Amino acid sequence: MRLNLEEFFKLLSKYEIEEIEGLKLEGDIEIEIEEGAAIDVINEINLAMQHLMKALSMLGAAPVTPSLPSAPVPHREFRLLEEKFEPLPVKYSGTIQEVQLGAKRSEGGSRGSVVKLGGERSLPFYLFDSPQPNLPAIAIDVFDRPIPLPKAVREHYSDVMENPGEWAKKAVKLGADVVTIHLVSTDPLIDDTPPGEAAKVVEEVLQAVKVPVIVGGSGNKEKDPVVLEKAAEVAEGERLLLASATLDMDWERIGNAAKNHGHVVLSWTQMDMNNQKTLNRYLLKRLELPRESLVMDPTTAALGYGLDYAYTNMERIRIAGLKGDEDLSFPISSGTTNAWGAREAWMKDSPIEGDTSWGPRELRGPLWEITTGLTLSLAGVDLFMMMHPAAVAVMKEFMATLGGRKDRIETEDWVGVEL
Amino acid sequence: MKVKSPLEIYRLLPKTNCKECGYDTCMSLAAHIIDRSAKPEDCKPLVEDAKHDDEARQNLEKLIELTSPEIDEVIVGKDLKIGGEEVLHRHELTFFNPTALFFDVWDTMDDKEIDRRCSKVVGYRKFYVGRFLTLDGIAVRCTSGNPERFAEVAKKVAGYGSPIVLVSLNASCMRAALEAVGEHNPLIYAATLENWEEFLKLALEFKTPVVVRSQDLDALKSLAATFRSSGVKVVLDPVTEPVGEGLRETFERVIQLRRTAILGGDKEIACPLIITPIAAWKAEGDAVSRAYWETVIASLFIIKYGDAMILHSLEPYTIMPLIMLRANIYTDPRTPVQVEAGLREINSPDPDSPVFITTNFALTYYTVESDLTSGKIKGWLLVLDTEGLGVEVSVAGGQFTAEKVKELIDKTGVAEKVNHSYLVIPGLAARLQGAIEDETGWRVLVGPTDSGRIKGWLEKNWPPK
Ligand code: B12
Ligand code: SF4
Repeated sequence: MRLNLEEFFKLLSKYEIEEIEGLKLEGDIEIEIEEGAAIDVINEINLAMQHLMKALSMLGAAPVTPSLPSAPVPHREFRLLEEKFEPLPVKYSGTIQEVQLGAKRSEGGSRGSVVKLGGERSLPFYLFDSPQPNLPAIAIDVFDRPIPLPKAVREHYSDVMENPGEWAKKAVKLGADVVTIHLVSTDPLIDDTPPGEAAKVVEEVLQAVKVPVIVGGSGNKEKDPVVLEKAAEVAEGERLLLASATLDMDWERIGNAAKNHGHVVLSWTQMDMNNQKTLNRYLLKRLELPRESLVMDPTTAALGYGLDYAYTNMERIRIAGLKGDEDLSFPISSGTTNAWGAREAWMKDSPIEGDTSWGPRELRGPLWEITTGLTLSLAGVDLFMMMHPAAVAVMKEFMATLGGRKDRIETEDWVGVEL
Repeated sequence: MKVKSPLEIYRLLPKTNCKECGYDTCMSLAAHIIDRSAKPEDCKPLVEDAKHDDEARQNLEKLIELTSPEIDEVIVGKDLKIGGEEVLHRHELTFFNPTALFFDVWDTMDDKEIDRRCSKVVGYRKFYVGRFLTLDGIAVRCTSGNPERFAEVAKKVAGYGSPIVLVSLNASCMRAALEAVGEHNPLIYAATLENWEEFLKLALEFKTPVVVRSQDLDALKSLAATFRSSGVKVVLDPVTEPVGEGLRETFERVIQLRRTAILGGDKEIACPLIITPIAAWKAEGDAVSRAYWETVIASLFIIKYGDAMILHSLEPYTIMPLIMLRANIYTDPRTPVQVEAGLREINSPDPDSPVFITTNFALTYYTVESDLTSGKIKGWLLVLDTEGLGVEVSVAGGQFTAEKVKELIDKTGVAEKVNHSYLVIPGLAARLQGAIEDETGWRVLVGPTDSGRIKGWLEKNWPPK
């Protein structure tokens, strides 16, 4: 039996195993071990090796694989190395701004419930670093006119699509903490609904539900500021979230509307952390918008269609905020409904030859929305705009679980049982 | 990786700039080693010298040590790599080895069902960005408690050629299976505080990597240290509890382990992590709810540090989001994935076939190309260099312009290959229609916004009237 590890001897002396019986030196690099003594020696060697490896690894060296003498394996005895795991604590200097959506009567609004976003001092759900005062909230999208929707989503709303008030009520029944009314019909290329009429829809929704409300424009750069300003006026004091101010439109007008009528602004940029910083600064510094009146939307891309960019952009923004960047320490909102744009969410089956069948789309679509949202929840999203009721339910369960709001439930181990 | 600057690596290279590694200078190889697109062993002269020269050997060893990943890399089967990660957040560098997905069969399942499930695993395909995404392997679970049966099923499954995980806490069952399939380098699951000695012997005898399993992180670390000190490759299982506070604690254990390994420099637990979303199947609920919840757990840990996973659901509706999420999280954020610009011939086009244009962003290009190919559409596809950006992004950002389209048309000589001058542009580039017509003199047709609809669109619009 041969062993030619130079280090071995150094090691033996280091661990005070000065002498081993039955060990003979041959030349300067080989040792021969007598038969009878073999097992004991090997145990010693093993032990010494264990120590060596540990010592090496404590010094930060890469553990080398020692060429152990091959002993008759069954005779070996090992000792369990007793170790203690010391988790590394991480503390950040910054806190994410807490922002309240909705206002109760006593606060100048008429909401029955309000939602608080933000307040984190750690990465999402890292409760072991710091408690998370508010779990992310979910808003369900409502539109001011029927719009084309994927079948799996449409079937849940087809009975209320003509009536935004009823649609909003249904959204609350399906679990919405917040309702978003998108005034898409104001788009000059759609119905060109005048701002005054659009504002009536906002009032209708405020009447229909008691939860906080988000008001979205149509995306038209010229018209949105006027529409959102009107909505802000009629809903004085309600702490609406006005969606959205962007760099390439009159953000000043939207920001002022929020400031003057007691609302919150959604600051929306397209996947660019520097632009997000710029727009936030404009709103905070130039308009002197109060910090508690800003939420940001760094843009959501669907699973398979840019989710990696969205995830990383948001994660970086959140880490910057936690590290003390005051221009980025705001709650994040995600248009998770974008997930339905991915063909995998809505197409009947794969258009591509060679693909395994994609499976039933009724089950696939909601999972697309869930996976998109869940991913971004881990990047730091505080507010999700969603649509499918099953997706909403699963996301809520997931966030309540990671947020420490669930009890312990014992389950049987899966290892040795049939499923 | 312990070094941050290429200089530290350069110091240990031969500095002769002989180019044998394929890079122009030693410094260039050093830079590639830093971003892990090359290895110290790529310097052939150094490897050669190391065989007889002491100093060279020390330099090589030092290099390997300095550049070994923060998290140990473990090989399962022939060449499935798990672990080997460097960072906690993908933007800090990139994640390297995508979470390996293993799907289970058990040994009291009837043989037909085992075959059905194994075929599904090895046959699964989802086209994405120019390649088919696939699954990694099969986890064979011992539910019979019978060593012969477990060995028999392991053997059968090994026949499918995928990497395997052998799942049993019983050493005699594990021994039987290892005797049958040990040479395939399976991952053995799992050594615990109860069985570790026997499992350590098995791992040494069969030279396989081992999962050590414990919810108690002191015990987990003790097991890991014990196995590693014997030279065994270790994967950590901090135990996946599927629901409620247990799942939250699982999340905490996983984060703490990875964070302490990377930021805290605790080498003992700097091992790959295995997560078992399959545990969701022991929670309450119907099959769809459990499949959904299994997908939720799997997604969570694809994002947060799961290096390998054992799953149960083989429904395509749960697999597809998982493998696409994995592809997204593990793409390298440092480089936009792009393809070469130029002219592609789709389905042997002729002079009457339409000419399309798209961008060289890999996701865009492959989506369009495969839509055309699968739709049996003959056509000429111009691929514009937009610096790896998609259609809408490059139109908005100014990388997709009429001037560049003209250049591309001229350079590829596409005009000589067709007997018309109609160019079909993506619906999302509609605003460039006029500019491209003015610049190129071609007639520009605005196609649909999704290339999946080109087929239907052509039926109405081609040949142009
Ligand atoms: C990922 C993304 C990014 C990534 C881009 C990564 C990349 N490699 O392309 C990053 C973060 C870098 C980015 C940057 C910007 N982005 Co961006 N981004 C997106 C996002 C989320 C997804 C785009 C995508 O990848 N789609 C998937 C690919 C496959 O789609 P596609 O290329 O369009 O291809 C499809 C179709 O066009 C069609 N098709 C393609 N070729 C052909 C050919 C023919 C013949 C036909 C018929 C059809 C066809 O079929 C394909 C499959 O469906 C979208 C929003 C969204 N959810 O869609 C915003 C979006 C495109 N971005 C936008 C903007 C404004 C920008 C920026 C200008 C913003 C900024 N911060 O400065 C920059 C521009 C950077 C630059 N160009 O220099 C806007 C564009 C608005 C507009 N319409 O003008 C969008 C729509 C967001 C928004 N809602 O405002 N972005
Ligand atoms: S092969 Fe080695 S010596 Fe030659 S250029 Fe590359 S790094 Fe330098």
